[in-house]
Amino acid sequence: MPTAAPISRVNDFVVRFANVNGSGSASANELFARAILRMGIPVAPRNIFPSNIQGLPTWYEVRVSEAGHLGARGGTDLLVAMNPQTFDKDIAGLDPGGYVLYDSTKPLPPSKFRSDITVIGVPLTAICNREYTDPRQRQLFKNIIYIGVLTALIDMDVNAVEKLIGEQYKGKEKLIEPNIHALHLGRDYAVLNLQCPIGLKLRKSDRVGDRIFIDGNAAAALGAVYGGATVCAWYPITPSSSLADAFTRYCARFRVDPQTKKAKYAIIQAEDELASIGIVIGAGWNGARAFTATSGPGISLMQEFIGLAYFAEIPAVIFDVQRAGPSTGMPTRTQQCDIISCAYASHGDTKHVLLFPEDPAESFEFAALAFDLADRLQTPVFVMLDLDIGMNHRLCRPFAWDDSRTYDRGKVMTAEALEAGREFGRYLDVDGDGIPYRTYPGTHPTKGAFFTRGTSHDRYARYTEEGAPYVENMQRLLRKLETAKDMVPRPLLANAAKPTKYGVIYYGSTAPAMDEAIHMIEARGHALDRMRVRAFPFHSSVASFVADHDFVFVVEQNRDAQLRSLIVNECGIDPVRLVPILHYDGTPITARFIAKAIGDHLDQLTVKPLKVTS
Amino acid sequence: MTYLAKPKFHHPALPKNALGYTHRDYEGAVSTLCAGCGHDSITAAIIQACFELAIEPHRVAKISGIGCSSKTPTYMLGNSHGFNSVHGRMPSILTGANLANRDLIYLGISGDGDSASIGLGQFAHCLRRGVNMVYIVENNGVYGLTKGQFSATADRGSKSKRGFINTDNSIDLVAMALQLGASFVARSFSGDKQQLVPIIKAAIAHRGAAFIDVISPCVAFNNHVGSTKSFDFVREHNEAVNRLDFISTRMPIEISYEPGTVEIVEQHDGSKLALRKLAADYDVHDRTAALGFLQQHAAKGQIVTGLLYVEKDAKDLHAHLRTVDKPLNALDEKDLCPGEKALEAINASLR
Repeated sequence: MPTAAPISRVNDFVVRFANVNGSGSASANELFARAILRMGIPVAPRNIFPSNIQGLPTWYEVRVSEAGHLGARGGTDLLVAMNPQTFDKDIAGLDPGGYVLYDSTKPLPPSKFRSDITVIGVPLTAICNREYTDPRQRQLFKNIIYIGVLTALIDMDVNAVEKLIGEQYKGKEKLIEPNIHALHLGRDYAVLNLQCPIGLKLRKSDRVGDRIFIDGNAAAALGAVYGGATVCAWYPITPSSSLADAFTRYCARFRVDPQTKKAKYAIIQAEDELASIGIVIGAGWNGARAFTATSGPGISLMQEFIGLAYFAEIPAVIFDVQRAGPSTGMPTRTQQCDIISCAYASHGDTKHVLLFPEDPAESFEFAALAFDLADRLQTPVFVMLDLDIGMNHRLCRPFAWDDSRTYDRGKVMTAEALEAGREFGRYLDVDGDGIPYRTYPGTHPTKGAFFTRGTSHDRYARYTEEGAPYVENMQRLLRKLETAKDMVPRPLLANAAKPTKYGVIYYGSTAPAMDEAIHMIEARGHALDRMRVRAFPFHSSVASFVADHDFVFVVEQNRDAQLRSLIVNECGIDPVRLVPILHYDGTPITARFIAKAIGDHLDQLTVKPLKVTS
Repeated sequence: MTYLAKPKFHHPALPKNALGYTHRDYEGAVSTLCAGCGHDSITAAIIQACFELAIEPHRVAKISGIGCSSKTPTYMLGNSHGFNSVHGRMPSILTGANLANRDLIYLGISGDGDSASIGLGQFAHCLRRGVNMVYIVENNGVYGLTKGQFSATADRGSKSKRGFINTDNSIDLVAMALQLGASFVARSFSGDKQQLVPIIKAAIAHRGAAFIDVISPCVAFNNHVGSTKSFDFVREHNEAVNRLDFISTRMPIEISYEPGTVEIVEQHDGSKLALRKLAADYDVHDRTAALGFLQQHAAKGQIVTGLLYVEKDAKDLHAHLRTVDKPLNALDEKDLCPGEKALEAINASLR
């Protein structure tokens, strides 16, 4: 018997699979997560993987949460230990009272385990070797066999798993039966030999609702399709490559003319990130909606071109799927560390529009919106995803689109307007919003042509090194950014149940952990008003939120409190008013981390009355 | 005379082309380059070519990088949109622009610093993709704007104005263009308008990646004794393999050639190139032989000029990508957005 009471919980635990990269475990593990969803129970899976193709350790973590908490929780309740390389560390990561399932073909001595956990051995290799002769089959079916064991251990709906196997191999029907057979090999062994179920149990629920399950990169790619992107230029880089891949897939499905079989899109895998952004800017200049997908190192390479697009005022959409930096950093680990390098990208005085989606649903919406904003504002727009949102399947509200929605192509002067004699100055602020009119190349035989340049220019796009027109132009660009503040998605505010002097600001993939942490903080007796910032430049409500509180925590996933710096800088706020809460070890931020950091801080402020003794 | 504005009036009897435009309609602002700069001759040749081809001036997009050569789009085609981008990156801007609207003519103007040094990568990749364009390098072997440093096309052993000898090997962009799969490759000399204008016309008519290296002496920094890019040196060492007459679809063939001396090459749009051979056994359709020919003559210090290679059935990037005929920038919501119903189906598949 373990020294700690075995954990006993229903629909609320964390299962962690420890595997070897390239062993085919990913699809089995995903099957596990999807089957739980089919039981109506929310799950949040996360891939934790190395920058490697084969051989290094990889983990798949499934958080089961009927309450719907989709952020990483931290800790493990049930470990499926399939990787000897990481065995000791994985065991150490179990919560007290946790469980471990391991391959007991060669049983391990008790010294390899902890006294406070329940050890479940199944001779997986022996079962496989008995059943299969082909080494690859032995490898692949071993994964399905442990899923079979789990169905018995945690009371999983085996029909849901079988149905999913059927859907997965639709079109390859001869693979269905062997997979189901393997599933039952594991399940039958467990039922016969093990105490089933263990303390962790699943029970059918209805908490998934109509939500969908997709990764942020695919969602953003679909948003680009809906948003009318026609040109995509990219260079492979983790964790953004799957965005371009998904765009390619969706275009093949939705953007091929049924009659001519010709493509209503152009995708270029460029020679580097410089060419990628150059192609995007060239296409944007010429009136097509264009984007690139990249990560931090790509953003560094694109800096010069981003400055050109800012100064020459050319629409461009950049998806930055952030990973841990600096330099090559941790390519397969998540961070929110490109906030400043994107907000102020390029030399000279620049400021750019950034959008911070919290999940795949917002990745879709902000992706489509980014093209409208880029055209309207005639400037680069960054959609700031990160690895945690981009590369993990996440449960989110279904995508929505209104067929009456039209694309906002911004201020484009037509041949008719030119012909009618309307004054055209490429950088002339006719409406007072800082946004000038542009013409597409080839519009009119004698009117509306202009010269686009990265050198200083006057209102009519003529080269000038005079101070006054330069300053006027730079001021207009600031005015344009002011206009942007009311166009970008507003921050979302959630007030505490009772009035409080403290607030918290957060953004992007921190959202689910923060939303969960708030309950834990409240349980410690503290109240916090919450603001989720969704875009830069900041809406005026950001400054007033800070002004309305004694101090505000800013929770983010980088070392240098980058969003906090932006708020201090752009809203003119005393840095003392903003308390940084920073998590940046490459793992997704957890509710436990936030609740502890903020809770401890607030505890210190709470004056405890002395006990009066008489 | 760069401080004088160009007068707008012109002689009423100025000849007009098939569309009714005069030569003046293809001009741009007054050049701010040095008097006698080879680049200005190239600008004049481009204007001449566009006038003679009767191209609508606004249907050209002229795109450049940074440097003396990259300034020249301002001095031509004033009714065309121009884009003076960043150093060495003209090819990517042009590629994107071309993808957005396949119907315009794309004129990429670059220099030897812009294309052979900082932009060598983009030079290579836009050629291997087969972007439909005319890519002209105005090649003077030096950095003019920064006062005469060697560029990567300067020959080993050539002398700078300050007396330094270049010890680095030179990059031959023509040889690279051939190797990289450009479907139209030519070299010319800014001082030889007779040769240059028809080459530019043929390149514009060509569908695919057309590359022209134009040796263009820098009168300020690279026109001295000891330079291999001076007017005198190029004139003495110019080895033209052919003379070209460009015959547009609109023009009947009027010139009569002695039999056996001329090869007629037909292009996609029906235009014809009449090639008068100067080097007896030079085959303009043989990529590998062209490379060998170039290297043998370079070893002898000769500069091979003329139309060096043309691929008869060249395909461009749009053909490779199988894009629709309508320009991508003209597609609207109806063409591009799969709509609400399709999204519902996607949602259903994600549960």
